[in-house]
Amino acid sequence: MKPIRIAAGQGFWGDWLEAPKNQVRQGPIDYLVMDYLAEITMSIMMKQKRKNPELGYATDFVDLMKEILPDVASKGIKVLSNAGGVNPTACAKKVREIANALGIGDKIKVAAIHGDDIAGRIDELVGKGHALKNMESGENISTISDKIQSANVYLGAEPMVKALKNGANIIIAGRVTDTGLTLAPMIHEFGWSMTDWDKMSTGTIAGHIIECGAQCSGGNCSYEWDSIPDMANVGFPIIEAHPDGTFYVTKHAGTGGRIDVRTVKEQLVYEMGDPKSYITPDCVADFSSINLADDGPNRVKVWGIKGTAKTEFFKVSVSYTDGWKAVGTLVYTWPDAIKKARVAGDILRARLEKLGLKFDEILTELVGVNSCHGPLTDTNNPDIPEVTFRVGVRGHDQKAVERFTREIAPLVLTGPPSVTGFAGGRPNVQEILAYWPALIRKEVVEPVVDYF
Amino acid sequence: MAKIKLQKIAHARSGDKGDTANVGLIAIDPKDYEILAKHVTAEKVKEHFKGICLGKVERFELPNLGALNFLLHESLGGGGTLSLKTDAQGKTYAAAILRMEIDA
Repeated sequence: MKPIRIAAGQGFWGDWLEAPKNQVRQGPIDYLVMDYLAEITMSIMMKQKRKNPELGYATDFVDLMKEILPDVASKGIKVLSNAGGVNPTACAKKVREIANALGIGDKIKVAAIHGDDIAGRIDELVGKGHALKNMESGENISTISDKIQSANVYLGAEPMVKALKNGANIIIAGRVTDTGLTLAPMIHEFGWSMTDWDKMSTGTIAGHIIECGAQCSGGNCSYEWDSIPDMANVGFPIIEAHPDGTFYVTKHAGTGGRIDVRTVKEQLVYEMGDPKSYITPDCVADFSSINLADDGPNRVKVWGIKGTAKTEFFKVSVSYTDGWKAVGTLVYTWPDAIKKARVAGDILRARLEKLGLKFDEILTELVGVNSCHGPLTDTNNPDIPEVTFRVGVRGHDQKAVERFTREIAPLVLTGPPSVTGFAGGRPNVQEILAYWPALIRKEVVEPVVDYF
Repeated sequence: MAKIKLQKIAHARSGDKGDTANVGLIAIDPKDYEILAKHVTAEKVKEHFKGICLGKVERFELPNLGALNFLLHESLGGGGTLSLKTDAQGKTYAAAILRMEIDA
């Protein structure tokens, strides 16, 4: 059996649009995998679908397919993505139309994977004894039932393996895990048993390494970041997977960025919980079993990965509305920039209080001084050239949040001097979407694969 | 004993899970992992992030990667879209831990 090359094309919806095109055109690959979904993305897509039943997926993916489908068809590349969001069927139909319009309809078989969306089943499931309690607080889901916006199960590799087996070459899923996108091709190509937990963990960890795109090939790298070459043409990562479970992390020749044990280690620890127990729908991977070594320029060998059996539960992410928020900014300059911003904050708070407005939180930050590292920074330097005063509120009284947005501009004429930066107008009031993580027994969720 | 700033011997990356930030701290030279493991305790990290981390700090060891992983609970202003913070996802906490000085 030959090794296969699995290329990452997108780390999130909004990632570099050139990356998947480059992956397809700048060198050989067998699979292109793209992650489009964050928790917030699902609820945004749900809103879009409510307005228009033909929407609710990552429209960027469809635009991309218009460009790369001919390359994909001629080179025999298979595409796996969770771009389907809350409407994989509509997305798959669009891709079918594009393939036909390009005259390559006979070379493309599109699969749509759904069954992850359980928003319409919550009452039924709770009625059958699936409590969907909040994993963190233990609260009962009935406390938010009238505010739920979306509810999606994180599916694993299994339905994607099924679609590959049935000959699909464009697989469009809803909420499947980002790691499953990379694991599925390995199971399919190498005939790995889905109860070989070491192999499932191997594919899962390979997926974790490339799921954030260039974040393992030089992007956001804290080690000697300024020595990493040609980031303008950064190469997104590629997994060269071997049937025995060894894999290599690499990228196309001639691209920018860097792949070495340090860039890979940084990505390995990203969003890590208990490293010995990395739970996915497919297995429980053990990050303490990973062996890594440089294997030539921009090539890292990974081997010996261990893992244990998958759990009986899928994770569910439920989004629900939980109040309102708004954030505004002003810029104060030398002299005494910090003091001016602080005084502006005091004036604003006093005015809000006098108006009797109630908020769950008011947060003032000095961007350029302490907005990220808070008390770890020196906030008393009178000589800094300028500072952005940033103030935000959140609460459950929408009118109070709206009134807050009208209290920032007045500070320009009614507060400390040498102030500017209010060109953007009043800040927007945003509805807050909060997340409710829960578990559900696997047997009540039935992933469905349709073909187009 | 001399004071060493972690920036000199380690690199790091951070991310979020709800209101919890994770900070992965990696020895630049794998030989220095022992120094990190000995001196960068959960208590020391909790003290370092005083005023940012309002909950507990958990530490996990990854000697195979020369790395420690810290979970900083209640550190992101509620997390997700609830948070009003500029860095609502704790992306810059990796840099923040590198400010720490240890006696080694």
